[in-house]
Amino acid sequence: MSPHCLTAHALLDLFKSSKVTPQEVFEDVSARVKLVDAKIHAYIHPAQKPSFAAGAFPIPIGIKDNLCTIGEEITCGSRILKGFRPPYDAAVVEKIKRSGGLIVGVANMDEFAFGSSTESSCYGPTFNPWDLSRVPGGSSGGSAACVAADEAVWALGSDTGGSIRQPASFCGIVGMKPTYGRVSRYGLIAFASSLDQIGPLTKDVTDCALLMNIIAGYDERDSTSVNVPAPDYTKALIKDIKGMTIAIPKEAFVEGLDPEVRKAVEDAVALLRKLGAKIKEVSLPHTPYAVAAYYIVATAEASSNLARFDGVRYGLRVSPKKVRKNALIDMIEETRSQGFGNEAKRRIMLGTYALSSGYYDAYYLRGQKVRTLIKGDFDAVFQDCDAVLTPTSPTTAFKIGEKTSDPLSMYLSDIYTIPANLAGVPALSVPCGFSKQGLPIGLQLTAKAFAEETLLRIAYTYEQNTEWHLTKPAI
Amino acid sequence: MSQFETVIGLEVHLQLSTATKIFCGCANRYGCGPNTNVCPVCLGLPGSLPVLNSQAMRYAITASLALNARINGFVKFDRKNYYYPDLPKGYQISQYDFPIASDGYLEVKTKDTSARVRIKRAHLEEDAGKLMHDNAAGCSLVDYNRTGTPLLEIVTEPDIRSPQEAYDYLNTLKLNLQYLGISDCDMEKGSLRCDANVSIRPIGATAFGTKAELKNMNSFKAVKAALEYEVTRHRQMAISGGRIVQETLLWDDIKGVTVPMRSKEEAHDYRYFPDPDLVPFTLDPAFVDSLRAELPELPLQKQERFKEQYGLNDYDSFILISDRSISEFFEQCALLYQNPKNIANWISGPLLKEINQRKCVLTDLKLTSENFVNLIKSVDNGVVSNLVGKDVLTAMLDQGRSADVIIQEGGWAQVSDDSALTVIVDEVIAQNPSVAAQIKEGKANAVGFLVGQVMKKSKGKANPKKLSELITRRISNG
Repeated sequence: MSPHCLTAHALLDLFKSSKVTPQEVFEDVSARVKLVDAKIHAYIHPAQKPSFAAGAFPIPIGIKDNLCTIGEEITCGSRILKGFRPPYDAAVVEKIKRSGGLIVGVANMDEFAFGSSTESSCYGPTFNPWDLSRVPGGSSGGSAACVAADEAVWALGSDTGGSIRQPASFCGIVGMKPTYGRVSRYGLIAFASSLDQIGPLTKDVTDCALLMNIIAGYDERDSTSVNVPAPDYTKALIKDIKGMTIAIPKEAFVEGLDPEVRKAVEDAVALLRKLGAKIKEVSLPHTPYAVAAYYIVATAEASSNLARFDGVRYGLRVSPKKVRKNALIDMIEETRSQGFGNEAKRRIMLGTYALSSGYYDAYYLRGQKVRTLIKGDFDAVFQDCDAVLTPTSPTTAFKIGEKTSDPLSMYLSDIYTIPANLAGVPALSVPCGFSKQGLPIGLQLTAKAFAEETLLRIAYTYEQNTEWHLTKPAI
Repeated sequence: MSQFETVIGLEVHLQLSTATKIFCGCANRYGCGPNTNVCPVCLGLPGSLPVLNSQAMRYAITASLALNARINGFVKFDRKNYYYPDLPKGYQISQYDFPIASDGYLEVKTKDTSARVRIKRAHLEEDAGKLMHDNAAGCSLVDYNRTGTPLLEIVTEPDIRSPQEAYDYLNTLKLNLQYLGISDCDMEKGSLRCDANVSIRPIGATAFGTKAELKNMNSFKAVKAALEYEVTRHRQMAISGGRIVQETLLWDDIKGVTVPMRSKEEAHDYRYFPDPDLVPFTLDPAFVDSLRAELPELPLQKQERFKEQYGLNDYDSFILISDRSISEFFEQCALLYQNPKNIANWISGPLLKEINQRKCVLTDLKLTSENFVNLIKSVDNGVVSNLVGKDVLTAMLDQGRSADVIIQEGGWAQVSDDSALTVIVDEVIAQNPSVAAQIKEGKANAVGFLVGQVMKKSKGKANPKKLSELITRRISNG
């Protein structure tokens, strides 16, 4: 089997027995990119040659376009940042480089991570490796697609409301959003600072644990990073869930849920029960308000985070042809109107409105209150349950263009993933089946803060008893 | 005109002199080349994150404690959103609903007055950069060195009743802050900036009049002048039946007038919200207590101690504490010489005169307490006269040499030697026979005239006490 088809742990075994060198692996993966990326468009551009620095994990990796990497053009999928080459590495990129990681390329994404389909990138959409007429999910669609299409062995994405898990689900791979504060956000170009978290997209659960071992840990450069020692996540790869309690929230199985997805998730529940888990029906009563609260809080923060893109210091600057107000205001206006895409503009306006005087209490503050209630829902469930199980997404991958004209229906594709971000708890998506059309279905597990090991253990047990993760798309 | 009362509130922005900036590790230094103290954080580059400088926190708390304010145990930072080219992130990190401290006061004491000005709040925030307009090139450039400088904004209640009182408040505030050693308080360097709100109202009224906001004042004198100008304008307007409009005014220090700032098209909506990059935290009360315990002696406390310990009066002690380095210099001298009143006189008289004339501060003079005390001792011991002593001080400061050396080399020591003086005395007696005759007749107060003549001739070097004895003796013997 070619190296590009392998998981990271399989590659590590090959390195150990000296059957292949990192250089050969990198060249093999690069050849794969040359062969298939014209169809998938997972990458915005290939990275400069990797340095082959010594490290324990010389694994080819795709990096989302919002993670600062010295010397690379990093743009968040936006015209407004074209030409921006960060003079510093994101904390996770630093760690990847130190681990010997081979950066294959900068992966495509929805502009500023605004979207669930990777269609809002200014570079054009990424295509789902399982069906090129469909979206890979988003916003880490490039990161998910490059792993699913064997154009990288693993990838890094960021998850603000499901941007790792939903594309992982659409692309048939494993994706995890760690606990907020578990992975440093230093160098992650922010969408919504209080929700963003960087995490792994991998071919299986073991790789997810390995990549977590590299990226997790305290960083004093990020004040929201939590000073709790990171465990060895591979120790959580136990093929046994006997005695664990898995909660099924009744709110998860409501209208809008695709029957095929429902069936696959129910089958997974049955299997987990058979494997020894106790299944408990619970209620997360505030779930119906999660999407609304999320789009208030996330856009409010985004409107502020995106203010720095004004044409003064870096990226795009558009000089106005005619000065109407004054040269400065006109320059900023023109730069932002030409630099941002429609979805970005929509969210900036939404967030600006939610924070504006007279509306703050009705929107932003209320959104934050709902957030507290949702966190409370989880706290109550985690009193006597180890994890919450839901579908990752209500549907399988939708068609390109299908939802772009209806933003609200697009927003609803994050209905299952958003609560974990609002509560700051970890959640993982693992493949749990295919639709009749051959599209992957994902199962989401959520645990309490810093209980990533619980997620890995359940997902690992499930994975070891199924074969979904072994099926590959035909490209 | 006296039927109106003036109401003034002040906002002071104080740059804290921490080693590094408030949210990053860049040097917090004034006067460096443009954009030399900058990093991704203070430039607001995408992906960069702020980390609070604990020294800035400590300084802010220390200042707040000195202002008798209540320290809010819950520390939170907010974003104030607005666009300006020198504001790299498109928002300023500040404190909105939870300032670091609230409800304090400052005792404003001058030579003759005393008032208490309440402090509404004090909060921490980051400074912005600086725009430099290049008219020749038709463009503006930005220097981001100043971004991220820690600022403490100190806001008073509208308790101030006159421009003079505003002036006194600022001086007292500055003095207190200098004692804390947390800022150089240099208005010219922009490390202390002041905005003022001013209005008038009929005496007895409780509602506030329409206020004017004053900005762009670059010295305490300018603050006073701008306020005086506005108070006069408001009064004239009120008397002539005109209406004051609320507006922001800039002070033109050269013309001595206020000019309206270009009116904004719409009111600013800063859209404050908690900065999600900085997690709120609770202060440990023990930490605040430890800072309280470490508070240095403040000016008023020092004045009380000076009165008690050195037996100084109100005036002398006030003059001495009005500058931290002078008060310290005084105490150094007092260790070397047991006449505090005499030291106080020499400091508040000749030394302060020298400092004022030289437009400098004490520490620029390189005057040691030993040298200063030796000078005073020389006068005390009659080596030089009081008058000459002042000239010796000038020479000491000019030349940077000790009193002994200057007195010796300049031959400034008093002439007490009889034979040398006798020659001059006889000369003077010979030139003023009628005065000598009067003295001989017993008119003792005429001696003073001849003493003065001799002093003149000896260029002040004669010992006047000795001289009057000698003159009397020569005349009665002659």
